[in-house]
Amino acid sequence: MIAAAIVFLYLAIVVYIGVFAFRKAAGTQEVEDYFLARRSLGPFVFLMSLFGTNMTAFAILGSSGHAFNNGIVTYGLMASSSALVIPLSLLLIGTRVWALGKRFGFITPVQLFRDRWECSHIGTVIFTLQAVLLLPYVVIGVMGGGTTLNVVSGGFVPFWLGGAVVALVVMSYVFFGGMRGTAWVNTFQTVLFLLFGTIAVVVIGYGMGGFRAAAEGLLGSPLSHLLSRERISPWYFFSYTFIPLSSIAFPHITIFCLTARRMSQFKKTVIFYPLCIMAIWLPCVFLGVMANRVPDVPQIEEKAEARRVLAEQGRQMTPEQRDVVRAKTDADDVLLLLLDRYAPLWLAGLLGAGIMAAVMATDSQILALSTMFTEDVLTHYGGKERFGEHAQVQMARAFVVILTVLAYVVALQAPETIFELAIQYAFTGFAALSPLLVAALFWKSSTRWGALASTLWVALAVAAVAVFQGMVPAPAPGPPVVAWRLFGLDALARTPGGTSVFGFMPVVPMVLVSALLMIVVSWLTPRPSPATIARYFPR
Amino acid sequence: MRRALLVLAVVALYVLHQDVWFWRTARPLVFGFLPIGLFYHACFSVAASLLLWLLVTYAWPAHLEAEAERRPGAGVQDPE
Repeated sequence: MIAAAIVFLYLAIVVYIGVFAFRKAAGTQEVEDYFLARRSLGPFVFLMSLFGTNMTAFAILGSSGHAFNNGIVTYGLMASSSALVIPLSLLLIGTRVWALGKRFGFITPVQLFRDRWECSHIGTVIFTLQAVLLLPYVVIGVMGGGTTLNVVSGGFVPFWLGGAVVALVVMSYVFFGGMRGTAWVNTFQTVLFLLFGTIAVVVIGYGMGGFRAAAEGLLGSPLSHLLSRERISPWYFFSYTFIPLSSIAFPHITIFCLTARRMSQFKKTVIFYPLCIMAIWLPCVFLGVMANRVPDVPQIEEKAEARRVLAEQGRQMTPEQRDVVRAKTDADDVLLLLLDRYAPLWLAGLLGAGIMAAVMATDSQILALSTMFTEDVLTHYGGKERFGEHAQVQMARAFVVILTVLAYVVALQAPETIFELAIQYAFTGFAALSPLLVAALFWKSSTRWGALASTLWVALAVAAVAVFQGMVPAPAPGPPVVAWRLFGLDALARTPGGTSVFGFMPVVPMVLVSALLMIVVSWLTPRPSPATIARYFPR
Repeated sequence: MRRALLVLAVVALYVLHQDVWFWRTARPLVFGFLPIGLFYHACFSVAASLLLWLLVTYAWPAHLEAEAERRPGAGVQDPE
């Protein structure tokens, strides 16, 4: 109960920050103030908030869970590749998006695409795909909130109530505070998580009797492979370096790039981003691996046992039996279980609040979706003059409420695994949409038809992967199920974790084909008018 | 020349991410508990930060800020 009380206190602080941001706006109903905090964020808030926006529950809890089952490879797959690619994309693409936003008054990426390629409905197609890929985040955020409150309160707060509380809190500060409230809350949450994450490592390490003994013990056990990458394909590892391309293409990140007061705000963000990633991911991954050496936690032992059964008997099981056992290996709560085992009650509450902070990173997606609906659909087709700034802000607030309520209702009805899968597709889909941004910003000859071809390809490819994984059940750990062989190579195969195309993850061919389509179709179709090209590429 | 060196450094770091030389071994355990593969990638993150500092220092697109400040509010064009 103490832990739950601390978490509720934290939630109250978060709501207050949103209300404070509303007061700071002093009742202004300006579009740029609500959607972009008047393009006025300073360097510290810009770094912490941008980083916090990228560090979702999926990243924090999922990294420990992935490391528990797959070992140290998790850091190389998801963290160190992001440490290079994400800040690099912020430097090359984010700064240009900021400059164009400042010059031409853009609020969303689709506004940029429409203006750059002189198109209207093609922008709507891009908007539709972005919205479809982003929606599952909002649902999974509400689910994560419900689950975390349930665990932290020791089952006292039921899932439906926890989800409702989190949805209400997020809705409140996004509704009132807009981008300023969201950025401040994200900054507060990121600082909290960095601080309590450090404490967690010390407390858990001390509780386990030191990490040296745990690491040596793991090396001497049958699980020693978790400390190297001997069971991971180098091609699979390489494929993962394409995933962080998704970051800059996520609409909430692109929109966030427009909030900086000056372009120099990007400097510290770009330099410190890799260190922030290390500060959060290194302990999460290491603790996830070391959880395999934790005795006396029945839930962790059950996960380890399910993993052993799947590896040894998985091939004799039916797909349905494998799914049941695989579900038991899910270790996303392993960090919470470690805290429960080693942290004193008051500290568990503080750390639970820190984890809630990560779970609630869904606020940026809600704000981005409401911004996109308002600006890219209603205002675009209805006309800016007709609505006026006040009406646009009110419409955005209405969307915040509608989206949150919708996400909550869906979260109560649908199984979580569906949305976890959808998020995996989203990363791949947005990575494959990144050529659109590159072409718009760097290539004069890119055209709207090239953009349309890339977008349709991404939509088709994401759907095809989803259908394939739905039709061919995931095999047991070991060799993949080959669906199509070409020239003696495994052209298409179902792996335990997803799909492989010539040994690569689908993101690799999807990004390459998307870029190729942009190039080829742009070559074959007429360029935008010289006036537009001159505005974007001044001599 | 400086720009070419920076591009080369970015490509080199990207290639260094694929550290096949530490693929199948956990030892040595750095500080007595950190597997070498994990330590390497932590160092990779620090190297990325240093490289980005170099890029920000020597390849910062300052002209973009100047252009953005010089030509404010040109307005969004009407759609087709």
